Amino acid sequence: MSVMSQDVKVVAPAATTRQALRLFAERRRSFWVVLSLLVLFTAWEIAGRVPISFAFPTFLDTLAALAEMVADGSMVRAFFLTLQPLVLGVAISALLGIALGIVMGLSDRMEWLLAPVFIVLQAAPMAALVPLVTFVYGIGLVAKTLAVIMLALPVIVLNSYKAVRHVNPSLVDMCRSFQGTRRQQIFKIIIPDAAPVLFAGLRLGVAAGFIGVMLAELLITPTGIGDLITYHRSVANYAHMYAAVASIIAASTVTLAVLQWFETNVMRPEKRRS
Amino acid sequence: MTLFGYRIPMMASLIVWALVWEIVGRLDLIFLIPPMTAIIVAGFDLMQTGSWQNATLVTVRSFVIGMALAIGVGVPLGVMMGRVKIIDNIFGLWVNIFVSAPLSALVPVLMILFGMGEATIVVTVFLFAVWIIVLDARAGVMQVPPSLVEMARSYGASRATIMRKIILVAALPEILAGIRIGVIRGVKGVVIGQILVAVIGYGELFELYSRSFDMERFWALTLFLFAAAMVLSAVVENAEKRIEYYAGAR
Amino acid sequence: MNATALAADEFDPASVVTRDPVVRVEGICKHYGSVEALRGIDLQFERGKLTTLLGPSGCGKTTLLKIIAGLVPATSGRIIVNGRAVTGPGPERAFVFQDFALMPWATVLRNVGFGLELKGVPADERNRIARSYIGEVGLQGFEDKYPHELSGGMRQRVGIARAFAVNADVLLLDEPFSAVDEQNRRKFQEDLLRLVEMERKTFIFVTHSIEEAVYVSDRIVLLSPRPGRVSNIIDPRIDRTADPDDIRRDPGYLDVVEEIWQGLRHYAE
Repeated sequence: MSVMSQDVKVVAPAATTRQALRLFAERRRSFWVVLSLLVLFTAWEIAGRVPISFAFPTFLDTLAALAEMVADGSMVRAFFLTLQPLVLGVAISALLGIALGIVMGLSDRMEWLLAPVFIVLQAAPMAALVPLVTFVYGIGLVAKTLAVIMLALPVIVLNSYKAVRHVNPSLVDMCRSFQGTRRQQIFKIIIPDAAPVLFAGLRLGVAAGFIGVMLAELLITPTGIGDLITYHRSVANYAHMYAAVASIIAASTVTLAVLQWFETNVMRPEKRRS
Repeated sequence: MTLFGYRIPMMASLIVWALVWEIVGRLDLIFLIPPMTAIIVAGFDLMQTGSWQNATLVTVRSFVIGMALAIGVGVPLGVMMGRVKIIDNIFGLWVNIFVSAPLSALVPVLMILFGMGEATIVVTVFLFAVWIIVLDARAGVMQVPPSLVEMARSYGASRATIMRKIILVAALPEILAGIRIGVIRGVKGVVIGQILVAVIGYGELFELYSRSFDMERFWALTLFLFAAAMVLSAVVENAEKRIEYYAGAR
Repeated sequence: MNATALAADEFDPASVVTRDPVVRVEGICKHYGSVEALRGIDLQFERGKLTTLLGPSGCGKTTLLKIIAGLVPATSGRIIVNGRAVTGPGPERAFVFQDFALMPWATVLRNVGFGLELKGVPADERNRIARSYIGEVGLQGFEDKYPHELSGGMRQRVGIARAFAVNADVLLLDEPFSAVDEQNRRKFQEDLLRLVEMERKTFIFVTHSIEEAVYVSDRIVLLSPRPGRVSNIIDPRIDRTADPDDIRRDPGYLDVVEEIWQGLRHYAE
């Protein structure tokens, strides 16, 4: 969300209208956020009014459907169900992925053995394997959690591994020059220095987890938001269906923005000024 | 890694894993994992079948059209966002949202809008690939050194010439990097789209084989896709390296 | 206020008088694959003196310093510190890094006390020691700041305080002022001379600035590039009791600078 996080700059007073406009644009980031939201929602509303398709509700209808689903509690219940495999899967991927990534970053043998596997898994369309999960683990929480792990784990592993490999070598030398043990080197230098990138990997893992959980809910068994989407589609309640889709995209966007904020403001205090 | 003084290339460990797979498969522990050799044999058999050839054709066609659209729309949009502040301000938010949004949730919407056919797959590929291409093209254009543009202007180059001969060329490494990630995402998009639509291309075959528990063919199909993703990514990476040859001096 | 130096042509390492050597470098060679970085380096470093390794880029001066520190293994030859051969980093040596090597997530206080923290010194004691050295380098009041809140010059003061805090006999400084701006650098050089005077430690200093080397050094070792060898050893013998600004105008000082430049100019393109 680089657009939102850029600093507001103070610029000298403008002479022409054109410059004044540019000045305004630079000072008012929030204005542009609102404007770009408005532009898309207006375009959506117009496209819905035309309508471009019988299955394309207007923005206002969708908003009303969203309000209705929030009011009758079905949205809250759906999110409760969807977030379970997501949180569980991301938590397991985070623990396992960061541990594996750090081991791969520290040991050349483990790097040789594991890095190619995760490079392939990250580049490959893991979605193809989601149907397999149902064979072994059925259609319950375990299957959906596994689907989240399959998509989230590779990106977390590879980022953790790169984070450890890109630790500032001068800090490692510094630790050695003061006769730090290997253990001290790992816990006092390598992990703290890699932490911002580890966290960034976690954020990418969360994004992949959202894709995984939606895939699982649409493919394995309709529950949660996936069920809302499938059900309202089957009864041609398109406004409700769109609202469900928009709600999960919004939920993922807000989650990722919060993580990004945390990363830049807490994990990298030294980058805050730049 | 080095062993007995010889450097062993990293990707060689995949052979070790294939061997482990073969052993696990031979032991007949899980019906999900047939021996690797059986999968490879099944893969060769599969290539002879009309259904596979047909599915591959459909898949490749949707992928190519979707990618062409993503590049055709993504690069110009990214370049414009990099050059024009207002466009950047209006589109930036949405590009940043969609680049990491769970687009798999959007596929059901596409299915009712574009039908249960190839059009939906094309749009899915497009939507998976386009955002990262936009972002990287924008980043590429924004990091073109202003001194380079000023140099061209001082020699009297027109706006069009500056765009064509300076900005696009200087941004090429980033644009290609974006296309490479876009290609990887596009492959994921084509698979997710087909699996969710489930009546065309590989999606139909996956559905068929998983229902009939034909694990050898299921894995053969998966290996095809994995290999295709890796090969495509390697091809674009190769192009990228050639470009970086001169970009390295930047 | 007269500066004398050995003539470049008749230099012989064995004839250079060194009393009480703390660090002995004996026949150090270093190869990186097929590249020869250092060839047959023999040197001795005296207690309480500041010796500079000076040379054009690519002469291996930083490599030699890191070999003395035990951070980089030599291909052949040995380093002897206080009579014992070096096999790795040791408590009698402390390193000051060109890029400061400060932990961005730690305060000035923790950074300065980090060497003691690694040795398991209790927090109270290491904070007391760290505070006294923070005072010595002129950073009182900055104990709880983070490195990114400090200027480049202040960061290197933290790096120097950290090296002093472990009370090593030998201080190894790798181009410590190269990332510091010109005004601060002069102040630094004066502060460094004060510290050499006060602490009676052995300083080995790497720089590529001739003026800096002549100004701060008791002895200058000139290295020639590709492969790195000792090409000359010069004792500037500058009267440090004089005012710093007078020293920089002293003809003796300027003569040594000129002599070194004549020795090095054919390495410049």
